[in-house]
Amino acid sequence: MSDLRELYQEVILDHNRSPRNFGPLEDADLQADGHNPLCGDRLSIAVKVDDGVVTDVRFQGSGCAISQASASLMTEGIKGKTLVEARALFDRFHRLVTDQTAPADDPALGKLNVFAGVRDYPARVKCAILAWHTLRAAVDDSHEAVSTE
Amino acid sequence: MTSVAQTAQSPASQTLDVRRIREAFPLLARTIGGKPLVYLDNAATTQKPQPVLDTLSRYYAAENANIHRGVYQLSQNATQAYEGARAKVAAFLNAAEPAEIIFTRNATEGINLVAQTFGRWQVGEGDDVVISTMEHHSNIVPWQMLCEEKGARLRVVPITDAGELMIDELASMLGPRTKLVSIVHMSNSLGTINPVRQVVELAHAQNIPVLIDGSQAAYHMAVDVQAIGCDFYVVTGHKLYGPTGIGALYGQRRWLEAMPPYQGGGDMISSVTFEHTTYNKVPHKFEAGTPHIAGAIGLGAAVDFIQGVGFEAIADHERRLLDYATDALLGVPGLRLIGTARKKASILSFVLDGVHAHDIGTIVDTEGVAIRTGHHCTQPVMDRFGVPATARASLAMYNTVEEIDQLVATLTKVRGIFG
Repeated sequence: MSDLRELYQEVILDHNRSPRNFGPLEDADLQADGHNPLCGDRLSIAVKVDDGVVTDVRFQGSGCAISQASASLMTEGIKGKTLVEARALFDRFHRLVTDQTAPADDPALGKLNVFAGVRDYPARVKCAILAWHTLRAAVDDSHEAVSTE
Repeated sequence: MTSVAQTAQSPASQTLDVRRIREAFPLLARTIGGKPLVYLDNAATTQKPQPVLDTLSRYYAAENANIHRGVYQLSQNATQAYEGARAKVAAFLNAAEPAEIIFTRNATEGINLVAQTFGRWQVGEGDDVVISTMEHHSNIVPWQMLCEEKGARLRVVPITDAGELMIDELASMLGPRTKLVSIVHMSNSLGTINPVRQVVELAHAQNIPVLIDGSQAAYHMAVDVQAIGCDFYVVTGHKLYGPTGIGALYGQRRWLEAMPPYQGGGDMISSVTFEHTTYNKVPHKFEAGTPHIAGAIGLGAAVDFIQGVGFEAIADHERRLLDYATDALLGVPGLRLIGTARKKASILSFVLDGVHAHDIGTIVDTEGVAIRTGHHCTQPVMDRFGVPATARASLAMYNTVEEIDQLVATLTKVRGIFG
């Protein structure tokens, strides 16, 4: 088991305490709800898109520190990006938190690299990935709530 | 029987010798990430004592044969061991006779069996089935499915802020349309011990049968199904220090005789032609196919072990652990207990201000402490208390005050990380 500080980095604790882009978003173009039944984490993500570019994104909900911080940092990470770029970030993030051989400092992920420690805690991958799955559901314009189960 | 159990049973040792008890459970000696394991998730499953492990291994190494059919000695012996285990479980629950015990996979299957046989036979359109807010999903969903199929109504007895059953509400729900009351004996997420005898008296006054879910109760306290007076009682072997995949349903003979069978197949029949099948006698009518023979025999060894230690000693030890743990946990800043019933068992659900239960679970795990975090298969209880999840320490006969100290120390570490 690796050091806990690798998992609970100060950036993560900070985003858990003070999540960015938290709250409702008026006139959202895309929206989806996510649920992690195992932990009871619930997220709702709303996105504004202009010409394929994410102009605003906000989230609401409750959950563990990893899921809250992941949602908060994701909103920062995708604002200003195109939907295609956001999808590519999802794939990179997924590798970061699940693949032991992936680099822990992917330049494309920037601040999101703080979640590299999650790969050593398989039970917590679902927490880190919930926001991203929910975003993907919103982008795919699925009206079904996504579940990590 | 092991020397551990014999020692604990002797009149000279009224109190439980925890050190000797622990020696009987090989898994408790292991480490997690280099730290001694502190296993506090007994409400999910208990660890297995050596006599149970030996029984399982001996069965497969030297005694394995199919039961109820062979004329050869090996099969006869396996049948005797299997039926002997039924008699042990019957005595453990104080059933009137072994035939009132049906082996199932677990408590969940016991409840589903009653829902699919008794339920489909007795519950009709416009009827009621009564459960409570504190039920495990396994005592909710089978009744929901039945009620949906039959056009019946599922009624839910509320609980207080302390997590106690509102017995007056239960009484007021009972009526001529009530076909069954199904209530948990001991809540797995709150620790509450329900007044099951009173529930049975209220229901029986109106000729309503009662099922009691004893999954948690049966390893904490002596269960006497005749004294409770219930019509059905379910237990699961893996929480009784026994194997997984084996459980038992107690049913009063008059019901078992009258109920239609559950699954069809071998062993549950007396004779089969393409025109007509005659069903076997109780309890075999409800045990289609080759059962979990090794599991049943292992469960027999497990109840032997429990009775060797004795519920008086177990209850006394667990009561002291509960009192100690309650005080110790309440000393952790920002900790709130969920489930504070006056009568409760050694199950402590809690939340910590500003820290999600899952983060608590991960952090204490790095110190070797295994607790449960989440909704504990009781989502309506979480909704009732307005929390998404709780952390839960559930204590068994082999836990110690030192382990509770270790839990509290790791919770202090959680506070250190989260501020």
